[in-house]
Amino acid sequence: MNIHTIADHLNSLADNSDTGMSFDCQPISGEVDVLQISILGREELPVFISVTEDQILCICYLWGTDEVKPECVNAMHESMLEMNIPMPLSSFSKIGDKYVVFGALSINSSFDDVEHELAVLSNNAVEVIDDMSEYLL
Amino acid sequence: MSIFKKIMTAIRGGASEAGEAIIDANATRIFEQEIRDAEHHLTKAKRDLTGVMAEQMAAKREIDRLTREITEHEGYAMQALEKGDETLAIAVAEKIANLESTLADQQHAHDSFSGSADRLKDLVKKSERQVAEHKRQLSMVKTTESVQKATSAITDNFSSSNSKLLSAKDSLERIKAKQQKFDDKMKAAELLDSEDSDTSLQAQLKAAGIGSQDNSANSVLERLKAKKK
Repeated sequence: MNIHTIADHLNSLADNSDTGMSFDCQPISGEVDVLQISILGREELPVFISVTEDQILCICYLWGTDEVKPECVNAMHESMLEMNIPMPLSSFSKIGDKYVVFGALSINSSFDDVEHELAVLSNNAVEVIDDMSEYLL
Repeated sequence: MSIFKKIMTAIRGGASEAGEAIIDANATRIFEQEIRDAEHHLTKAKRDLTGVMAEQMAAKREIDRLTREITEHEGYAMQALEKGDETLAIAVAEKIANLESTLADQQHAHDSFSGSADRLKDLVKKSERQVAEHKRQLSMVKTTESVQKATSAITDNFSSSNSKLLSAKDSLERIKAKQQKFDDKMKAAELLDSEDSDTSLQAQLKAAGIGSQDNSANSVLERLKAKKK
């Protein structure tokens, strides 16, 4: 399992995904290979996949620290902690100055698992932004 | 300091900037080597354990055999005594004494093997836990580094493609607008479908001669003929 086999699989799905979503994959080269996945109709919120020795990480960037109303930071953090368990498959995190939702899969996961993860992560991201927009500028 | 704490401190300290490693690559390599060594020792300990357990079983078999033989000879000694053959009884008793001495030795060896086996089992368990723990820690370090490198690749890609990152709210607006457009299209399609079914109903009515009829050439001709009269 690497980003290229994942890309091949997602591209081969075309309109036949079980999740009702169409994925478009774009590899990004760098010190660590990353796969950028755009979901039809949600191009503004791409999901990034990187594969390490033991896990597959799927990350979706939510917003930057500069987008949070300063007086709401604590309340937002509390909401995120409280929502972390109810939110299916994904968790909140922060990379640098960006808040993210992410899911980590075992390297032994099937392509179906990856596809399911992407769909759930994307749905979570859209819903989180909608529900937490009161904290945002 | 635990790996967890180290990573936390490094991220807080701004090591999250691209190019700066959480724990230097050399330390990671040493750590990996340590894990490999530990795994190597573990394999050896497991092999030793198998050997010791085999010896332990052999000793147990020997003990059983000696015990059986002693009982047997005790029977012979009793029989010799019953027949009043004191000399033979003494000879058998000597044999029994020898057997008992060997039995004591075997018992001692068996106890020592069980002791070693127990110790090795504990050692194997402990090493297995340790290797798993080290692997978990190494995975934390590697994942942190990988995420940093991936982030810098993503950031570089964004800045090189000149695409502006939208704010979360703007992104949501756009996604919702697209969703709305899609929903509208679906609704329009449904509406068209239902209109189509209206037309088809009218066609059926017409075919049955119910409702308004077309102005066909025949009906025009009929009308003209009527005027002429």
